[in-house]
Amino acid sequence: MTEMLMAPFIGMFFASAVYLILSKSVIRMLLGITILGNGVNLLIFTMGRVTREIPPIVPAGLKQPVGDIANPLPQALILTAIVIGFALFTFLLVLGYRAYQELDADNTDNMRLAEPANPPQPPLNY
Amino acid sequence: MESSYETALELDLPRAMLERATSAGEWNLILPVVIALMAGALLAMIRHSRGSQVGFSVLAVLAIIAVELDLFFQVLELGPVAMTMGNWLPPFGISFVADTMSVSFALAASLVTLVVLIYFQAEIVPREVRHGFYPLVLLLLAGVTGAFLTGDLFNLYVWFEVMLIASFGLLIIGGRKMQLDAAIKYGFLNFLATTFFLVGLGYMYGLIGTLNMADIALVAGQADPAPMTAVAALFLLAFGMKAAAFPVNAWLPASYHTPDAAVSALFGGLLTKVGVYALLRIMVALMPASRELFDPLLTGIAVLTLILAPMGAIAQTNLRRAIGFLVIGGIGAVFAGISVPNVLGIAGAVFYAFHSMLTMSAFYLVAGLVERVTQATDTRHMGGVYAANSLISILFIVLVFAAAGLPPFLGFWPKMLIVEATISQQDWILMSAVLINSLLTSIAGSRLWAHIFWRPGRDGANSEVPNDHLRELNSTEKRMALSAVCVLVGFIVILGLLPNLLFNAANFSAMDLLNPQSYITSTGIETGTSLTGETQ
Repeated sequence: MTEMLMAPFIGMFFASAVYLILSKSVIRMLLGITILGNGVNLLIFTMGRVTREIPPIVPAGLKQPVGDIANPLPQALILTAIVIGFALFTFLLVLGYRAYQELDADNTDNMRLAEPANPPQPPLNY
Repeated sequence: MESSYETALELDLPRAMLERATSAGEWNLILPVVIALMAGALLAMIRHSRGSQVGFSVLAVLAIIAVELDLFFQVLELGPVAMTMGNWLPPFGISFVADTMSVSFALAASLVTLVVLIYFQAEIVPREVRHGFYPLVLLLLAGVTGAFLTGDLFNLYVWFEVMLIASFGLLIIGGRKMQLDAAIKYGFLNFLATTFFLVGLGYMYGLIGTLNMADIALVAGQADPAPMTAVAALFLLAFGMKAAAFPVNAWLPASYHTPDAAVSALFGGLLTKVGVYALLRIMVALMPASRELFDPLLTGIAVLTLILAPMGAIAQTNLRRAIGFLVIGGIGAVFAGISVPNVLGIAGAVFYAFHSMLTMSAFYLVAGLVERVTQATDTRHMGGVYAANSLISILFIVLVFAAAGLPPFLGFWPKMLIVEATISQQDWILMSAVLINSLLTSIAGSRLWAHIFWRPGRDGANSEVPNDHLRELNSTEKRMALSAVCVLVGFIVILGLLPNLLFNAANFSAMDLLNPQSYITSTGIETGTSLTGETQ
C-alpha cells in the first residue's frame, strides 16, 4: 500500500527535477540533478516494496522474494547508486563553482567559449 | 563456511554457490580490469614522480593487451567464457562474460590507450602529470574494459560511472576556460544519460527480478511486453546519448575539441563506443522483441545521424570539432547496422564500431600533429602543411578514406556489410543514407585536406602566399607522436588489406548476439528457468 503513496512523490521528484534541469542557471541545474538522483533512488527502493518485519527469504527455484516482503537487493543497488551519485554531484558542484569563477557566468547562455555563438562562415573556396 | 555448506546440502536447498574456487586459468577474464584498476591506484600514489609513471603505465597497458590477446584467441576457438564473482552461481553473483565482440572491443580500447600514452610524451605538460593524467587514463581504460566484459546490468552502470568520472578528470585536466565550459555540458548530459540507464534497470529488476544479462536474455521474452517497451525506450535514450546519436548528440561537438589532442583521441576512440556496445548487447541480444518494435525509430535515427553529422563536419572551421562530427557520422553507420536485424547488419555494426575506435583516435592524433605544425586550431588559419610535412598529409588522407569507407581501407568492409544487409532487407532509404554518408564524409574530409595541406597559404585574399606560421616538429614530437600515429595508421591499413580475421570475428559476434544461446550456456545459468520459477 505504501508503494501507491510513494508513486506520486516520485513523480513530483521527477517533475521538479526536469523543471530545474531545463533552467539556464547552472546552480538550478545542479539542484535538479540532485533531486533527479533522489527520485531515481526512491523509485528503485519502491520497486523492492516498502514493508518490514518479514525476513526476505527467496523461495526455492525463484530469484527474488515474492509476496509482501521487502526485497533487500534494490536497497543494496541504491546504496551503490547513492555513493556514485553523490561523488559525481560533488564533482559537478565544484565544476560549476570553478566555471562561475573563471567564466564569470552562472547562465549557460553566456558559456559560449567552446561553441562560439556566431560561428565564422566556412571558407567558400579553396 | 564449509560446514554450513554441508548443512545446506543436507537440507536439500537449491544450489546457489560454487563448491570449488575458480581455477587460476580462468582469472584471465577479470585480469584486464584488475590490472587497470590496480595500476591506476598505484599511479595515483606516485603521481609526483614524472619519469616512473610513463614506463609503469605503458607496462600495465602492455600486460592488459597480452591478457586480452590470450582471451581473444581463446574466445575465437571455444566460444564465450564466463566467470562469476564470489563463488555465487549466476544470477546471484556478478558475472563477467567475454565473447568475441566484447574482447575485440576491449583489445581495440587498450591498443588505442597504448598509442595515446606514447603520443602524450610529445605534448606532455608537467602540471597535467602532477594532476594525475596517467592514473585517470588507466582508470578510464578500467571503466571501458569493465563495461565491455561485464555480464551484469548493474555492474555495467557502475563501469559507466567509473568511465564517466575518469573522463571528467581528463576533460578538465588542463584547466583552460574552454575546458570548463565544455565540461559543464559534457558532465550534465552524460550524468543524465547514466541516470536514465539507472531508471531503466530499476524498472527491469522490478519486472523480471534479475539483472544478469544471460538471465535477462532467457526471461525477457516472458515479461509483460508493454512495460518492457518502456524499459527498452529508456535504454535506447540512455545509450543513444552515450553514443551521441543524432537528436541527443549535442554534448560531443561541444566538448571533444577542448582538451589536449591525446585526450580527444582517447575520448573519440573509447567513450561513444561503450554506448554502441551497450546498445548492441542490450537491444540486440537481450531484448530482441523490443528492438523489433523500435525498428522504425532506429532506422530514422540512423538515417538522420548518417546525413546530418558529416554536413555538420562540412560547416565547421575548427579542425577537431569537424572530426567530432565525423565520429557522430560513424555512430549513424552503427545504428544502420543495428536496425537491420540479420547477421550481415549486426556484423557490419560490430565491425564498424571496431574500425571507428581505431580510425577516430588516429584522426584526433593526426589533428593534434597538424595543430602543432600550424600552431592554430582553426582550419582558416592553416595551410601549406603538404610542403612542410608531407607525411602528416598522407596519414590524414588515409584516415579520411578510412572514415568515409573507401576501399581498400578499413572502413570499406563494415560499410559493405551494412549496405549488403540493407539491400537484403530492401531498405533503399537506409542504403542510400549509408552511401550518401560516405560521399559527404569524403567531401568533408577532402575539404579539410585541401584547406590544411593543399593550398599554400592561409584563408582569405593571400591563400596563395606561403603560410609563414608553420613550424617544424621537434625531435620528441617526431620520435613519440609521429611514430605512434604512423604505427596506428599502419595497423589500420594492414587490417584493411587483410580483413579476414576481423570478418570472422564480426561474424561470430553477430551470430552470438542474434542467438545468445552460447553466451547463456557459458555463464552456467540454468536454462529453462522462467519468471515463475517452474522449470520448463
